[in-house]
Amino acid sequence: MRNTNTVDVTPTGTIKSGMRRKMKARLSWIPVLAALAILILMLIGGQVHFGSFVTPGMLSSLLVDNAYLVVLAAGMTFVILTGGIDLSVGSVMAFTGMLAAKLLSVGVPVAVVIPLMLVAGALFGTMIGVLVHFFDVQPFIASLAGMFLARGLCFVVSLEAIQVKDPFVLGLESARLGSGDWYITPTGIIALIVIAIAAWVLAYTRFGRTVYAIGGNEQSARLMGLAVARSKILVYVVSGVCAGIAGLIFTSYTAAGYSLNGIGTELDTIAAVVIGGTLLTGGSGYMVGSLIGVFVYGVIKTAITYLGADASWERISIGILLLAFVVVQRFIVARANRN
Amino acid sequence: MGALFALVLLNTISRPSFLSITVKNGQLYGSIIDILRDSAPLMLVALGMTLVIATRGIDLSVGAVMAISGAVALQIISKSTSPNRIGTVLIAIGIGVFITLLFGLWNGFLVAVVGIQPIIATLVLMLGGRGIALLITGGFITTITSSPYAQMAQGHLLGLPLAFFFSVGAIAIIGLLVRRTALGVLTESVGINPSASRLAGVRSRGIIWSIYGISGLLAGLAGILYSSNIMAADSNNAGFLIELDAILAVVLGGTSLRGGKFTLSGTVIGVFIIQTLTSTITFLGVPPAVTPVFKAIVVILVCLSQSSRVRQWLGRIRHLRGAKPPIRLSGLETEVLAERKSV
Amino acid sequence: MRSISIEFPGVKALDDVDFTLRSGEIHSLLGENGAGKSTLIKALTGVYSIDSGTIQVSGKERTFAGTADAQSAGIATVYQEINLCTNLTVGENVMLGHEVRGRFGINWRATHAKATTYLRQLGVDVDPRSQLSGHSLAIQQLIAISRAMVVDCRVLVLDEPTSSLDRSEVEQLFAVMRRLRSRDVAILFVSHFLDQVYEISDQMTVLRNGKLVGEYHVGELSRSELISKMLGHELDELESIARTASRTIDRTGNPILKITALGRKGSIEPTDLDIYDGEIVGFAGLLGSGRTELVRIIYGADRSDHGAVEVRGKSVRLSSPRHSSNHRIAFSSEDRRAEGIIGDLTVAENIVLGIQAKRGWLRRVNKAQSDEVVAQYIESLDIRPVSPHILMSNLSGGNQQKVLLARWLATAPQLLILDEPTRGIDVGAKAEIQREIAKLATAGLGVIFISSELDEVLRLSQRVVVLRDRRKIAEFDNHESFDIGDIVALIAKEGAA
Repeated sequence: MRNTNTVDVTPTGTIKSGMRRKMKARLSWIPVLAALAILILMLIGGQVHFGSFVTPGMLSSLLVDNAYLVVLAAGMTFVILTGGIDLSVGSVMAFTGMLAAKLLSVGVPVAVVIPLMLVAGALFGTMIGVLVHFFDVQPFIASLAGMFLARGLCFVVSLEAIQVKDPFVLGLESARLGSGDWYITPTGIIALIVIAIAAWVLAYTRFGRTVYAIGGNEQSARLMGLAVARSKILVYVVSGVCAGIAGLIFTSYTAAGYSLNGIGTELDTIAAVVIGGTLLTGGSGYMVGSLIGVFVYGVIKTAITYLGADASWERISIGILLLAFVVVQRFIVARANRN
Repeated sequence: MGALFALVLLNTISRPSFLSITVKNGQLYGSIIDILRDSAPLMLVALGMTLVIATRGIDLSVGAVMAISGAVALQIISKSTSPNRIGTVLIAIGIGVFITLLFGLWNGFLVAVVGIQPIIATLVLMLGGRGIALLITGGFITTITSSPYAQMAQGHLLGLPLAFFFSVGAIAIIGLLVRRTALGVLTESVGINPSASRLAGVRSRGIIWSIYGISGLLAGLAGILYSSNIMAADSNNAGFLIELDAILAVVLGGTSLRGGKFTLSGTVIGVFIIQTLTSTITFLGVPPAVTPVFKAIVVILVCLSQSSRVRQWLGRIRHLRGAKPPIRLSGLETEVLAERKSV
Repeated sequence: MRSISIEFPGVKALDDVDFTLRSGEIHSLLGENGAGKSTLIKALTGVYSIDSGTIQVSGKERTFAGTADAQSAGIATVYQEINLCTNLTVGENVMLGHEVRGRFGINWRATHAKATTYLRQLGVDVDPRSQLSGHSLAIQQLIAISRAMVVDCRVLVLDEPTSSLDRSEVEQLFAVMRRLRSRDVAILFVSHFLDQVYEISDQMTVLRNGKLVGEYHVGELSRSELISKMLGHELDELESIARTASRTIDRTGNPILKITALGRKGSIEPTDLDIYDGEIVGFAGLLGSGRTELVRIIYGADRSDHGAVEVRGKSVRLSSPRHSSNHRIAFSSEDRRAEGIIGDLTVAENIVLGIQAKRGWLRRVNKAQSDEVVAQYIESLDIRPVSPHILMSNLSGGNQQKVLLARWLATAPQLLILDEPTRGIDVGAKAEIQREIAKLATAGLGVIFISSELDEVLRLSQRVVVLRDRRKIAEFDNHESFDIGDIVALIAKEGAA
């Protein structure tokens, strides 16, 4: 009983209609597009208000100054997509930075220190992941424990800041490549590479699809035979490694390891990811959205500096923006459900 | 309960003076007394947090809210012409707490009416609240001298710290509120199954709204106590990370983050555990900055002990009310079973 | 499966059961709740481990330590809840875990193309790039079955697949099943719709109380013989509920409830209805006909777009469950688990919840009052186990439904709306609940009764309302001479017109 009804299998369809179908089929893009719209609006608004706001210099510094946040957001996106959360990223970032500073100061070669940082991040991630999956601890609590542990270990390494003098590490931040007023540093490149790899993993690997499946319906994912246990733990490991990379970036940015680094950064990261269109409930969201979310954050910070306002306004405006976004997301989701 | 006992035991062994209480000028002194006094802000916040968690929510804004109430109260007193009159102090406290009650209701509005996830709704206030507090104090750390105000955190009543009575009062009032009225059982119902509760005629919205309001109010009181202790409105440090300690206390006490059934007495014990832990660490000479490591270990241990997998391993089967007979299933299958129970 | 025994503390769920499934055969597993049906399936699919006995697949003995083991032995299951991920596309759901990979990762074009092949094999025409959530439950089920083909299953277990399907969707499913059968797949079909069992299966196995009653070829047993084998002596219970249809209702005076042109766009067209004291109005109609939507609007669980409601002649606005409760209207949802039971509270707390909600949070129902009410209903509805302090989640479906009924009855309503109260519960409980409803109506309670089982509707109601495609198409007094065929014909006639 071969049907001759048209089955919309793409090879014959035009690219445009294929894309339109994909867009229509993916409601999850809407929040991301909204985030992009907000970013553009903010840039336009800033330009109108300040005169010279959107300059190559400013846009370049947007990436470079927030490179650490980009990397953290990449890792956090994985975790949130599975419906979890990772509160430890700020502290792990600080700890790996602290560890690196200490090791460098006693002469351990850079080539050993950097991998070690990543391993440390991975270890934290593994611990959290195991707690979440095998011991059924809620991600909030498990990553809270990770946060406490990392923060405390920071102080165990040293109560005071440790200067970093290693030329390679410092060079990551200070080396500028670019033409005219546009510039980028190795740290910026690292951030972009991380995002690109992360986006590819999410869209084109089985692990990435498993992440989405877990966020959509974990029980179904298990019954479908997917490697849920491994993936759930892996996302936290990814987040931990990203925290390690972010530690490297941040340490080269501040040229020191300092135990009070990154306090509150996990909240900034979550805000950026949510603003970028990833739903906290999991299963919906894109890496490019998180990148946009970080840029939104960065633009706010820049605008506040331009306005000369108190730094505390930064936090308030992020809070308000986050609220606005979530409310809008609510309406979009509610509307979609009603249809 | 066992953990608290263990901690107390550990303390007593390492410093026999831990349990000793001395009397001076008709007032009691000692490590235990310190714990009773210092735990008051956390106790207030944790009580509110227990109720919020029971509704399947969370309140991350309590620390920031503490900063706000302190800022408001101290501004009022510092601008007043008679800072030492009890009347002034009471008005200042009243307004401070009232404002935080409003903020709590704001959170409740976002969660119950607009339908925003609690973690985001309260995150907003957490991010913005301290900024608001700073705006109230004009960016400064307002300090005051007012002896009635100072009494709250530093004074004594019947020999015991006055702050302790705040704790006791809160425990008593909240306890009566939830168990003497139906608020407790209705809250549990809403937390366990919000839609079934709504269909049963329960005013879910009103209950959730009020619970966040209560959390705000208690946090406000905690903020007053905190500022009374240092006689200043330090918007950056007031209640710093207290939300995490509060959540920890609730979880340690046995209330599940998934919402539903809750236990106030468990939270009380949880608070004492955390406070004793802090005290132990300070005594051991460990720099207080390293405290988080121990908190992490305690969290992990308690969570492990609460985890069903560990319980299975240890072969201990805790008989809860109407415990299901243990079946040789892995975690997933229990879910599948539970899902299809009613078929 | 040979001599399978599974024991739980206190109860032997399966006692020395033999079960054989052959390739190219559609085999139905029959038995009431508690008969051991679901336990046997869980043993087959690796959810439970077996206490004694053996399982052989294709002649080789296997032990399943988990669902993955069963899957690798070629046993695939499609559950009632359709375990797929609605946030992903159709094609992805079909191929999840088996996507086509190229040098740079997953090749989506090829993956979607393959998905289409599998879907086509079952005669399903769906765009693989569309999101799963955009499709009906029936299509999602077929997609789940396609997935089973991807993992090359030899045994397909379908657990209550037709509960939410309408007639045409059931036909589609059966066509797919027959197609699979011709490809030598063994299909285990679990359903309580006996008509469908007779229509599609080749073999039947009947379980009762954990024991095997027998395996029969489908032509061997007549319907009534089958039922008697499933129920044993419980069949008499059902018969014994006298048809109350012949009771006359006093329709002078104010009806309890009168709705005029009540409707909501996209859910239910404007409808009129009156209900009088002591009257049981039965709603008949298929899934999607608007029965549930209408009663939810009446109760205030959902909002209406237009129309008016009168309670005892006074115009009211029932905009929320609380309002309805204040007017003494009660509603028991069809989804017991999601909208009825409060699992972690005790039976007593569940029963008292209705009364407590009415009183508000301030005035607590005291222990003495609570004990009295709870004991009263545990006895009159024969709720088992009898202890009021057991957690609700530990009761069987039938007893849970009784507790929910008690919750509503305790609020002394004048109108009770019951949406599928007997769904998914055993015959004994079904009979008890129906008997109770009949008794209460005779005493003056007004009832709206919704059930997919038309014989229940006919047995209980004084008036029958037929709905189709979101509107009321007929309403008539229930005479002795009416039977199911008449109602079905009614629905069909309207459709053809």
